[in-house]
Amino acid sequence: MAIEVRIPTILRTYTGGERAVEAKGDTVAELIDDLESRHDGIQERLLENGEARRFVNIYVNDEDIRFTGGLQTALSDGDTVVILPAVAGGAR
Amino acid sequence: MLTIDRETHDAIVAHARRDHPDEACGVVAGPIGSDRPERFIPMLNAAMSPTFYEFDSGDLLKLYREMDDNDEEPVVIYHSHTSTEAYPSRTDVALAAEPGAHYVLVSTRDGAHEEGAPIDFRSFRIVDGEVTEEEVRVVERYTTGSTPDEKAEV
Repeated sequence: MAIEVRIPTILRTYTGGERAVEAKGDTVAELIDDLESRHDGIQERLLENGEARRFVNIYVNDEDIRFTGGLQTALSDGDTVVILPAVAGGAR
Repeated sequence: MLTIDRETHDAIVAHARRDHPDEACGVVAGPIGSDRPERFIPMLNAAMSPTFYEFDSGDLLKLYREMDDNDEEPVVIYHSHTSTEAYPSRTDVALAAEPGAHYVLVSTRDGAHEEGAPIDFRSFRIVDGEVTEEEVRVVERYTTGSTPDEKAEV
């Protein structure tokens, strides 16, 4: 099952500069495992203690997975996954 | 060095003043590789806070898709500090995820939110947790076809 994953600039060091890679999995969690198997270290940048990082956004077909079941969000062939680091900060 | 046209510079300042005492945030997009901030895109601060800013996740996706479609990148990422100096905080540094961008900070503290008051407008590179301040050059307009270094001085 091929799913296109769009990689943000800051994580392209893990994908040899590729802006998009293919991966597989029935859920986002499985997809991330699959990414890790070919792009060593990328998982650490996406997950923290087994949860999606607070300041990394993951979208499946334009929906933020926070609203669709998190890492258990189901995937099927032809879906598009976008990873975008949050743009955030502040004096706090 | 950040070279920015006056209209965009003034638009960033105006946005910071308008949203004071909350932090204001946004992006100035430009053609990939041009280092030229051309398209001013004020963003909603989803945190609506005087000490924190965050783009709404839906807005963020829309913004990046739009930039992708236009062959643009975020040349400038700006936000305001409303009671501290215009210098990246530890949070700013920890969350900075665009090593190619100019991080612009504006401070509206000490009455700088008032129209006409002097205001700090500073630019930084934030790469791998390291902050480097850079010169800001405000130009009246970008010279067509030139590289940023060849733009007309004010």
